[in-house]
Amino acid sequence: MTETAKGPRIRMETRNITVDYGNGRGVRNVTLSFEDRKVNALIGPSGCGKTTFLRALNRMHDLMRGVKVTGEALLDGEDIYAPGVDPVTVRRRIGMVFQKPTPFPTMSIFDNVVSGLKLVGIRDRAQLAQVAERSLRQAALWDEVADRLKSPASRLSGGQQQRLSIARALAVEPDVLLMDEPTSSLDPAATRRIEELVGSLKKDVTIIIVTHNMQQAARISDVTSFFLDGEVIESGPTDQMFTSPTDERTEQYVTGRFG
Amino acid sequence: MNLRRRYWRDRVMVGLIILASLVVLTPLLIVLWYVASQGISALNLDFFTKDLGSPTRAQFGQPTGLAQAIAGTFVIDMTALLLAVPVGIGAGMMLAEYKEHPLNPLLRVLNDTMNGMPAILKGLLIFTLVVRPSGTFSGFAGALALGIVMLPIIARATEGALTLVPWSIREAGLALGLPRWRVILAAVLPVARPGLVTGVLIAFARAAGEAAPLLLTSLGNNFLPRNPWNPLEYLTKAADTLPQRLYSLAVSPYKQWHAMGWAAGIILLLLVIVVFLVGRYLTRRNP
Repeated sequence: MTETAKGPRIRMETRNITVDYGNGRGVRNVTLSFEDRKVNALIGPSGCGKTTFLRALNRMHDLMRGVKVTGEALLDGEDIYAPGVDPVTVRRRIGMVFQKPTPFPTMSIFDNVVSGLKLVGIRDRAQLAQVAERSLRQAALWDEVADRLKSPASRLSGGQQQRLSIARALAVEPDVLLMDEPTSSLDPAATRRIEELVGSLKKDVTIIIVTHNMQQAARISDVTSFFLDGEVIESGPTDQMFTSPTDERTEQYVTGRFG
Repeated sequence: MNLRRRYWRDRVMVGLIILASLVVLTPLLIVLWYVASQGISALNLDFFTKDLGSPTRAQFGQPTGLAQAIAGTFVIDMTALLLAVPVGIGAGMMLAEYKEHPLNPLLRVLNDTMNGMPAILKGLLIFTLVVRPSGTFSGFAGALALGIVMLPIIARATEGALTLVPWSIREAGLALGLPRWRVILAAVLPVARPGLVTGVLIAFARAAGEAAPLLLTSLGNNFLPRNPWNPLEYLTKAADTLPQRLYSLAVSPYKQWHAMGWAAGIILLLLVIVVFLVGRYLTRRNP
C-alpha cells in the first residue's frame, strides 16, 4: 500500500482478510483499500463473498459461532481486529445498513433515529431532536416524516424504512458506512432515492456498498472491486472497471456474460 | 362425478374435528360445573371478609370465611412473581442470546431439571434453606417456593419468545455500536413482549394452583393477621393460601368446611381465568 503516500487519504484498508466458515466458502486473502469520502462498490455474482467481506469490516462475524476471521482490517491505520479492541467501539465508527430495512419495530421514528445515542446515555432532548433532524435530512426522509416523528417506524413504507435505517446509522456520525445491497428489497423509485442519497452522503462518510446490480455500481460508485469465488479479482476506478478492465473475468462479468 | 362424495367427506371430517374439540372441552366444563355447584352455597359476603377461625364457627353457623387465604394468596403469589420474573427473564436471555457462553448448556440442563422436579421437593428445599434457619414458617418462604415453580417456566418462555425475534434486529442494534446487552434490552425484548407476557402468565397460573410447595413453607393459617392490609404480616409469619387451604378443608372432617373447600376452588378457577383474560388483553394491544 505504498500509493497512500501521495494519493488521497485512505480511510480503511484490509490486508489479507480471510473469513472461514469452516465449509470451504467465505473469502480468502482480500487486500483492498477504501479512500476517504468515496463510494466504493463491491460487485460479483451471488455467493462470491462480497457480503461476507463487508461484514468483516465491522466485526459482524464476531457473534457467529464457527466463523473465523484472520488478517487485518485497518481503520485510519489501526487494526480493528487487534487484541484489546472492543468491537462495540469499532461499530460506533463503522455503521451498517442491511439488505432489508431494519427499523426497531416497537420504536417510533424519532426513537429509531436517536436509538444509537439514547442508549449510550445521551438524554438531552434538544440535542437528540437536533441530531434526529440532521440525520433525517441527510437521509432525505425529513420532509416525509417531520410531522409524525412519534408514530411507529413500522408504519413507513419499505423505501422509507430503509432511509430511516440509514438516518439511524448516520446519527452516531460514523466514519464509514457499510451498505449491504441496500436497495435489493425496494422498488425502482425507492431505489433511485437511495442511490441519489448515496451520492450526497459521500461528502460526509466513506461508503462501501455491496451490490449485485452492475448498473447501480456504475451509476453511484467511484471505485469498484470485483469479487469472484471468495477472492478479489480486480479493483479500480469504476469507469475503468466497466470500460477497460484488465482481467478477462471482470470483463465477462461486467458485460453480463455470467453471474 | 365425485363432487358429492367430496362434499360428504368434508362434512364428516369437520364433524370429527368438532367432536374432538368437544372431547377436549368436556372435562373442563364438568370441572367448572361440579366445582361451582358444590361450592356456590358457601359463597357469601362473609366468605370474602371473615377469616376461617376454628371449625366450631362453621358448625354453629357463625360468620366464617376465607379472607385470610384470599389475601395470603394475593400477597404470596405477587411476591413470587416479583422474585421470579426478573430472574426468569434473565435466565431466558442467557438461554436465547448467549448460546456460546459456557454456562448456557449447564443452565439449560438445570432449568429443565428444575421444571420437571416435583413441586413438593421445591417446598422441601425452601423448608431446609429458609424455614429451618429462620425458625418460622412464613409467606415469604412460600413465595420463594412458588417463585422456584415459576422460574423455569418463565425462563423457557422467554427463550422461546426471544428466539422468534428476527436476527436482523440484533445486527441492526450492534451495527449502531451498542453493547449486546443494550441491544437485547432495548430492541429485542420489546419485540418479544407478547410472548413474554404469555409466558409469565402461564407460569403464574401454574404456580397459583400449586398446594404442594406451600405445605412446608407458608404452612397455612386460620386467621387474618392483626393488620390485614399490611403485606409484611403475611410474608413474615405462617400464612394461608387458597390451594393449600383447599387441601386442608377437603381432608377435614366437617362438611361445612368441605363446601368452603369447593368455594375456594371456584375462586382459584376465577383467578386463573382472570389472569388469562388480562394476558390476552395485554398482548392484543401491541400489534
